[in-house]
Amino acid sequence: MIFIAAICVLHLLVGPVFASPDAAPVAAAAPTGSAMPWWGWPLILFVVTFLMGIVAVLGGVGGGVLFVPIIGGFFPFHIDFVRGAGLLVALAGALAAGPGLLKKGMADLRLAIPVAVIASACAIVGAMIGLALPANVVNIALGGTILGIVAIMLMAKKSEYPDVQQADSLSTALRINGIYHEPSSGQDINWKIHRTPQGLATFIIIGVMAGMFGLGAGWANVPVLNLMMGAPLKVSVATSKFLLSITDTSAAWIYVNNGAVLPMMVVPSIIGIMLGSIVGVRILAKTKPAAIRYIVITMLLFAGLRALLKGLAIWK
Amino acid sequence: MGKELKATEEQVAYAKLLDIGMKLGLLSLVVTFAIYVFGILTPHVPVNDLPKYWTMPVKTYLHETGIPYGWGWLSMIGKGDILNFTGIAFLAGVTILCYIRIIPILLKKKDTIYAVLAVIEVLVLTLAASGILKSGGH
Repeated sequence: MIFIAAICVLHLLVGPVFASPDAAPVAAAAPTGSAMPWWGWPLILFVVTFLMGIVAVLGGVGGGVLFVPIIGGFFPFHIDFVRGAGLLVALAGALAAGPGLLKKGMADLRLAIPVAVIASACAIVGAMIGLALPANVVNIALGGTILGIVAIMLMAKKSEYPDVQQADSLSTALRINGIYHEPSSGQDINWKIHRTPQGLATFIIIGVMAGMFGLGAGWANVPVLNLMMGAPLKVSVATSKFLLSITDTSAAWIYVNNGAVLPMMVVPSIIGIMLGSIVGVRILAKTKPAAIRYIVITMLLFAGLRALLKGLAIWK
Repeated sequence: MGKELKATEEQVAYAKLLDIGMKLGLLSLVVTFAIYVFGILTPHVPVNDLPKYWTMPVKTYLHETGIPYGWGWLSMIGKGDILNFTGIAFLAGVTILCYIRIIPILLKKKDTIYAVLAVIEVLVLTLAASGILKSGGH
């Protein structure tokens, strides 16, 4: 599969492939605003998403949160298509990670199922709102959200094993608890959660934002599962990743059914970010540069400001 | 360590189906994209024209290209670009299949609340996939 993907990208690299003389005649010419051949931007997109995949793994963030603000801010694609592609990039990554996380018992299905019902239903609403809003409003809201994410990344603490004195009645009724094996210490960790109603209510907002901006939502899922609901950090991270495969599925369908998906953007992005993630994991096994997290935060800060200023028509 | 930790039956069943579906989905995505890029099937929108469309809002793009909403793309599946939607739809549909897979397991275990939640999730995702929900556009 990787071989076929590499051949496709190489094909883009060596140039135009086919003039499609009998392709359906469509609209009259419109200015493209670029002298670059058609394959130029998809090729740059592939290279950038490849690098993004490496940086995302090293920085401990999802690819989706980097994709939308950076591609939306610095590429010529309309924000509608960027969000559709962003959702599919995040979805593909979550689907690829899901089986391993579930089989190892790191992601917890009992924790994910109630959360997913709320988040996925709200992601549909978010996607419909997002596609109905003008691009400048989306960019302003996106910029504000990205700057908020930067603040969360700088300020939010993490707790390996939150102290949950007593499980609340809802999580007890739903039997949301578990044991996972921590290889580093060789211990089996018993965990339970609290503040379940508040946590579930927060996923209404997370779902809407995930659908509206196509960002993925790991940046919000993990703090809520870990700090608010008290799930251990590793369970929170793994369940969050798995949860994206459900939340992003519902939102992705809205974008697909409303036409906001361009294969020429989506496929190079998915291949690029997945190949980058593979390389990133290999680099991570050898070294983890401490500065990389701050590079990611700086990139997000810049991309968030760009989206905000683009929306306000200050930096077009 | 005395005991071996195991994921629940429904979690393992979900994971196995997800693993197969995800691999098939990614494979079909890559294969259909190869068909598109190599020009084996003529695309509906000529690739040379793409740069003028990807700058447009989606509603304008659909109007200009004549690509239909919802599942209308199925009627144009012989076009190289439209064919890519089979892989995309497959990837977006895997989760629905996984949920359907675990409902009988949950019912067998008399885990009624989770069986109902799984049914609700299938309904939510099916509604999203149905194409009934149209955005107002801008």
